[in-house]
Amino acid sequence: MGSGGFAPDEPISLFPEPDPFEGPELAPLPQTPKKLTARLSASDYAFRALARGGGVLVLVLMVLVGTFLAYRGVHALRKAGFSFLTTQTWNPNGGGFGIAAVIVGTILIALVAITVAVPLAVGAALYISEYAPRRIQRGLISVVDLMAAIPSVVYGLWGAFFLQWRMVSLSRWINDWFGWIPLFKVDGVTKNYTGPTATFYTSSTFIAGVVVALMVMPIATSIMREAFSQAPPGEREGAYALGATRWGMISAVVIPFGRGAMVGGIMLGLGRALGETIAVVMIISPVFVIQPHILQNGTSSISSLIALQYAESTPFGVSALMAAGLALFALTLIVNFLAAMIVSRSRSGAVSEV
Amino acid sequence: MTTVDQSTPGTTVPGRLQAGPAPQPRRITAVRTPDVLAVGGALAAALCTTGLLWTEIAPFSGLIGYIVLTWCLFVLFYAVLVSFDQNGPAVRDRVVSVVVHSLGALVILVLGFVIVYTFARGFHAMLHANFYTQDLRTTGPLDPLTKGGVIHAIIGTLIEVGLAMGMSVPLGLLTAVFMNEVPGALARFVRTVVEAMTALPDILAGLFIYATLVISFHRFFGFAAACALAVTTLPIVARAGDVVLRLVPGGLTEASYALGSGQWRTVLFVKLPTARSGLATAVILGTARAIGETSPVLLTAGATYSVNFNPFSGPMMSLPLLAYQSVQSPFPAEITRGFGAACTLLLLVLVLFFIARTIGGRGPGQLTPRQQRHRAMGSVRDLARYERTWTARTAAGYLGEES
Repeated sequence: MGSGGFAPDEPISLFPEPDPFEGPELAPLPQTPKKLTARLSASDYAFRALARGGGVLVLVLMVLVGTFLAYRGVHALRKAGFSFLTTQTWNPNGGGFGIAAVIVGTILIALVAITVAVPLAVGAALYISEYAPRRIQRGLISVVDLMAAIPSVVYGLWGAFFLQWRMVSLSRWINDWFGWIPLFKVDGVTKNYTGPTATFYTSSTFIAGVVVALMVMPIATSIMREAFSQAPPGEREGAYALGATRWGMISAVVIPFGRGAMVGGIMLGLGRALGETIAVVMIISPVFVIQPHILQNGTSSISSLIALQYAESTPFGVSALMAAGLALFALTLIVNFLAAMIVSRSRSGAVSEV
Repeated sequence: MTTVDQSTPGTTVPGRLQAGPAPQPRRITAVRTPDVLAVGGALAAALCTTGLLWTEIAPFSGLIGYIVLTWCLFVLFYAVLVSFDQNGPAVRDRVVSVVVHSLGALVILVLGFVIVYTFARGFHAMLHANFYTQDLRTTGPLDPLTKGGVIHAIIGTLIEVGLAMGMSVPLGLLTAVFMNEVPGALARFVRTVVEAMTALPDILAGLFIYATLVISFHRFFGFAAACALAVTTLPIVARAGDVVLRLVPGGLTEASYALGSGQWRTVLFVKLPTARSGLATAVILGTARAIGETSPVLLTAGATYSVNFNPFSGPMMSLPLLAYQSVQSPFPAEITRGFGAACTLLLLVLVLFFIARTIGGRGPGQLTPRQQRHRAMGSVRDLARYERTWTARTAAGYLGEES
């Protein structure tokens, strides 16, 4: 809890020792611990009731979001059955509908985002905690926090209007040289193709992933930086005293100490990347087939599916969207619980044994 | 071993120190000339090699590819240059140092560039005064920038975010107080759920409100958007408040209990005022987050082109939604308007962020000069009051009887 405060109704056990100088005429003191309880005043009871009520209200509200999604989604899930997981098209009113395509798109975008964000986040966190001069350190922490506060629509604008067209040549280059890997294949473009290429490479998983990477990087950076800066100074100086270079010290002390927080920060970033909506919607052009080619135009994600389809949906269509939302909810919840578990289990934040 | 060689003295007596210039302390973090030369040389070599590759050997194109390749070659050349006069661990140290420095610089460059680009594109819309005073009721996408503005979106954002924070801040802070003050299994469970919910994708909050409020009332309205934003920000405020309240020094609360005050008085008059700056930061950062959220608003508020002050009837526009919708139009003026809305949004967030930094720079209980003056004046008033009471009682003769 770590509240540090004195909570009046917690029993305080006292172990009264028998006084050796006391006369024999007194009865021996009881050996059982004496329980002390403070009596709360009426106003304190009212306060506790109010606080408890607030807590319960928030709890109910938060649980309600999950259960409501499940409750409304069940209708569609029951109708679709197991094919909900295997169908690629999204056509709730006509034919089949399923999340096979959108969930693959969601995971691919998140994976691209994490692949780009992790080196940036580790580098930025190490720079701020280990390399930056003291006087600009605080400013840099603010810059990273500011990055986290910039609205996603601004990142989306930047990605859709600026980055997208600058990335075409990089995508083409990757495609030319690594196109033999299925992930980097683009249908319709061969190495000798000389026609206009922009339409093949824009609106792709890769570009959406890079923009999402910029949005999840600050979260991962601030968690990692926190852990790195708490690495015990005794062990740091020990490493230097044994003749380590700065990188030797970092790789022997700081990174092992912050490993749990690194994994946790990456997982939290992954959770955020899975749910990112508006920047993705602004960049991708939705297709409802499984698109494993990350450089190719056209992909989809659960959140963009919801954002694009809610308005035209019939009640059954909304139920189907709820079911898709439930899948996204379950995915982020699992990732986040794993992250919380890893962060709390790691040595990060613990004091040195020396 | 009785003979002693007299030719070599048994002890060495150091001579007197020569009076000379004072010894200079050795600078251990100085930048040395070979380092600078290595960096400069590697950079020059990398630029030239990439230029050669780009223009002569293999025809590539694109600025990003050029920069990426130059950087890779730079790291390679630098490693080779350093390895001429350093050993393995030192070379690794230098290479990692260069990589980390450039990643740190890249992060700052990208952030600066995102902000500068948005302002550069939206600048033309923001120059005209009508941008802040008119709405888009009579403005079509082909109209020039001298007509129409975003006042309806600014008003909508302020109303929606104000209502949302009006709901989520009291409830969030109450939850934070609950998690801190009433420890037990329930508080632990609430904390777990709140932490899990900070990661709730914002579109799901929007979908939840869409399915409850919007569908059951058969219309889009501003209050629904406020509810969706409140669901998004509630866990953020509660969690940040929880963290801040935990930092209040235990000695202060214990002193309050020792003076005989109850729990709610301690919370109200000791804990919350002590954590005030931290709580303000939490609330402001939550507000900045709520202002920038697009997807909950997209699903719940609808879209309109005119000013709407009533959150309970009729659709309501907000800045992120306006930016998102305007840039989907193919007309340049409309796109510039969208960027202008994004700039206005960014300005709001920047202002909130700097306010939060100014307030949040102080630890719990640290006072500004103004607050210190306020406290000092309060205690002067107290002293004057005691003296007045004292004289009044002496005059009435109470104290004479007691003594």
